[in-house]
Amino acid sequence: MNPVATSPLNTLRIDPARETERIATRIAEIVFGQFKRKGAVIGVSGGIDSSVVAFLCARALGKERVLVLFTPESDSSPDSLRLGRMVADSLGAASALEDISGILRAAGCYERRDIAIRLVVPEYGEGYKSKIVLPNLTDAREYAIFSVVVQSPNGQIKKVRLTAKAYLGILAATNFKQRTRKMMEYHHADQLQYAVAGTPNRLEYDLGFFVKNGDGAADFKPIAHLYKSQVYQLAEFLGVPDEIRRRIPTTDTYSLEQSQEEFYFSLPLEKMDFCLYGKNNGLSAADMAERAGLTKEQVEHVYKMIESTRRATLYLRSNPILINTTGEVG
Amino acid sequence: MPNLQDELRSYIVENYLFGQDDGFRNGDSFWELGLMDSTGVLELISYVEEKYAISLESSEIIPANLDSIEKLARFVSRKIEDSSAGPEIAPAMDTPGASQ
Repeated sequence: MNPVATSPLNTLRIDPARETERIATRIAEIVFGQFKRKGAVIGVSGGIDSSVVAFLCARALGKERVLVLFTPESDSSPDSLRLGRMVADSLGAASALEDISGILRAAGCYERRDIAIRLVVPEYGEGYKSKIVLPNLTDAREYAIFSVVVQSPNGQIKKVRLTAKAYLGILAATNFKQRTRKMMEYHHADQLQYAVAGTPNRLEYDLGFFVKNGDGAADFKPIAHLYKSQVYQLAEFLGVPDEIRRRIPTTDTYSLEQSQEEFYFSLPLEKMDFCLYGKNNGLSAADMAERAGLTKEQVEHVYKMIESTRRATLYLRSNPILINTTGEVG
Repeated sequence: MPNLQDELRSYIVENYLFGQDDGFRNGDSFWELGLMDSTGVLELISYVEEKYAISLESSEIIPANLDSIEKLARFVSRKIEDSSAGPEIAPAMDTPGASQ
């Protein structure tokens, strides 16, 4: 059967019960069998991916062998902690709260970010909020260029194209957040002799939507093979609370609310999900266009964007490379 | 004075090809070759804006203007001419918003 002869949802349809069992079996093999660890730490943001991973780990290892960790900071939405607690409560699992704002302030995260923003918005300062965004992009005649959106204390919004220096400065500063979160996850894992679960889905893993040695670091990544829409199917099967399943995916990294589409994909997530599936399964742009609700040219552009993003993010996925492998441990 | 294309080529080869320009032609597409990602485009914009004292409008940041050394040289040359001619002079190509 031609895989595109069905709707995008049907094309990506999985058997959630079977997939859950398969993943849970592997998690137990990896954590107990391979790593000899006693459980798993999951940093839960109240988003769909980390919630599903927490539910999977509880099913695989037992709820008493799971620690749900919350790591809010000054720019986090209060919803993240509230929904994170909802996950721990639903599971009946232990949880811990680590407010990382103090660490971030000490590292200069906020100050360095603000200095970078002031390169293009000189008035940016106390009381301002910000986020960085990409244009909604399916047009091959445009580039996906980042802009910063700032909101002044009196509510005025301004959008300014970033320079390379400002963009890299903001990125390097905000990456402290994901790396600090991971540091806290490993702190708790060390105390409990647990492993750390990573939470990327296939879109994020494939396209490098993570911070190296930040949210990209983990001992195992149980949903990295699943497209975003498949994660939602597992969420429904696992009984992840409805409010979490309905929440718009967000990076929860910037003081102004920022969707993942604005930050990274610049294409609606469900379309990106389907296009990545099409690309990975050798489906032509013409076949994909109608089903994805895009033109053939747009799909061709997205396919090229996927290739180019994979090349650009190879470094993020790469483990440290040895000049010679060592015979004893690889 | 060095030719504009040669000058831009030196910058591209040095910064995006790490000095290795084997077989790289001035008409080759940066995008097709995977030479630069979106950060690379931002770097290129910053470079030409500073080096040639020009200012790029968002509507001008498109592959038609920036995606090869030949296109880039044509575009930068036109921008330099426009800026020295003053704001009343309309842009030579279909670049809405190029003058202000």
